[in-house]
Amino acid sequence: MNLPPPQDHPQPRSLSDLFISFSLLALQGFGGVLAVVQHELVERKRWLTREEFIEDWAVAQIMPGPNVVNLSMMIGSRYFGLRGALTALAGMLTFPLVVVLCMALAYSHFADNPQVAGALRGMGAVAAGLIIATGIKLISALERHPLGKPACLLLAALCFGAVALLQWPLLYVLGGLGLLACVLTWRKIRP
Amino acid sequence: MSTLLQMHPADWLNLFVHYLSLSLLAVGGAITTAPDMHRYLVDQQHWMTESQFTASITLAQAAPGPNVLFIALMGWQVGVNSGSLMNALMGMAITMTGILLPSTTLTYIASRWGHNNRDLRAVRAFKQGMAPVVVGLILATGWLMSRAHGDPAKDWPLWLLTAVTAIIVWKTRVHLLWLLAAGGFMGWMGWI
Repeated sequence: MNLPPPQDHPQPRSLSDLFISFSLLALQGFGGVLAVVQHELVERKRWLTREEFIEDWAVAQIMPGPNVVNLSMMIGSRYFGLRGALTALAGMLTFPLVVVLCMALAYSHFADNPQVAGALRGMGAVAAGLIIATGIKLISALERHPLGKPACLLLAALCFGAVALLQWPLLYVLGGLGLLACVLTWRKIRP
Repeated sequence: MSTLLQMHPADWLNLFVHYLSLSLLAVGGAITTAPDMHRYLVDQQHWMTESQFTASITLAQAAPGPNVLFIALMGWQVGVNSGSLMNALMGMAITMTGILLPSTTLTYIASRWGHNNRDLRAVRAFKQGMAPVVVGLILATGWLMSRAHGDPAKDWPLWLLTAVTAIIVWKTRVHLLWLLAAGGFMGWMGWI
């Protein structure tokens, strides 16, 4: 395989660009940051292609620890090494930490307010929709997959069924289906 | 908590070690280790109440940013229960450092190795092979979040909102914050 040209899409200009970008991402991420990361970094800023995003997300998912924290470190380190990883990590955590502490301090006053509870419920429903749309959009990244699109869709559907409908533990699904998918791909990309 | 919690230096150390030990077990997100935190913090050590534990998770889910911040709130809560703002800040630093240090170090080393060896057949097979599974997982995450709405027959407006949101984001380039604001507004007004 030829090396893909790494310079064919925009990059963060500096560490402060990285920090600000990740801070803004994190502060928009109600109900999870995944959808916002995909939307902003892939669709808008184009720091990553859909294919690169899925590959990084796979690693972030497999490794222990919070997924979006892992993902932000990996993206940061890709451009600026260790400094980039720490900068992205700081961007992802600093301001959200301040916000969540303020919410914790305010919580005792508003916990029983039905309007606050309603607003949280509405935002939760939207957040679920954002994640689903992220998954739908990423299907297009399977277009040029070595296994072919039908096999990919079948694997994705099996994974969805196991996790969403049967609610099997993630570890078994990744160990079983993930391993199967990797072995099949390994055979297909025989040099 | 009617009486103030007594936290000795050894207790803080135990708290730190507990989170350190959970870090590498948190495959699939820190939330997967929440049951063990509950066992330790609430049942065994009595460092916080049941409702404080639940509120930490709920608040972090509602707040912007990574959900792992529920761990910061737990450290904060232990500190608050022991009586001072300084303790609260220290508790937060202890739990967050504990849960993040091992996993982020391992992820950093592994991802650098993977990036430097990205032409190895095994590395390519792993990253490309996982792609369809990852797509299925993301869709499953969205589905599980929707299920938290409750019974579709009664709570159908919430399910409808989720479906409409997914279609809008899929088909248009509207800013995600507008959608979140609209959802929050509709909930505030009691329409959904």
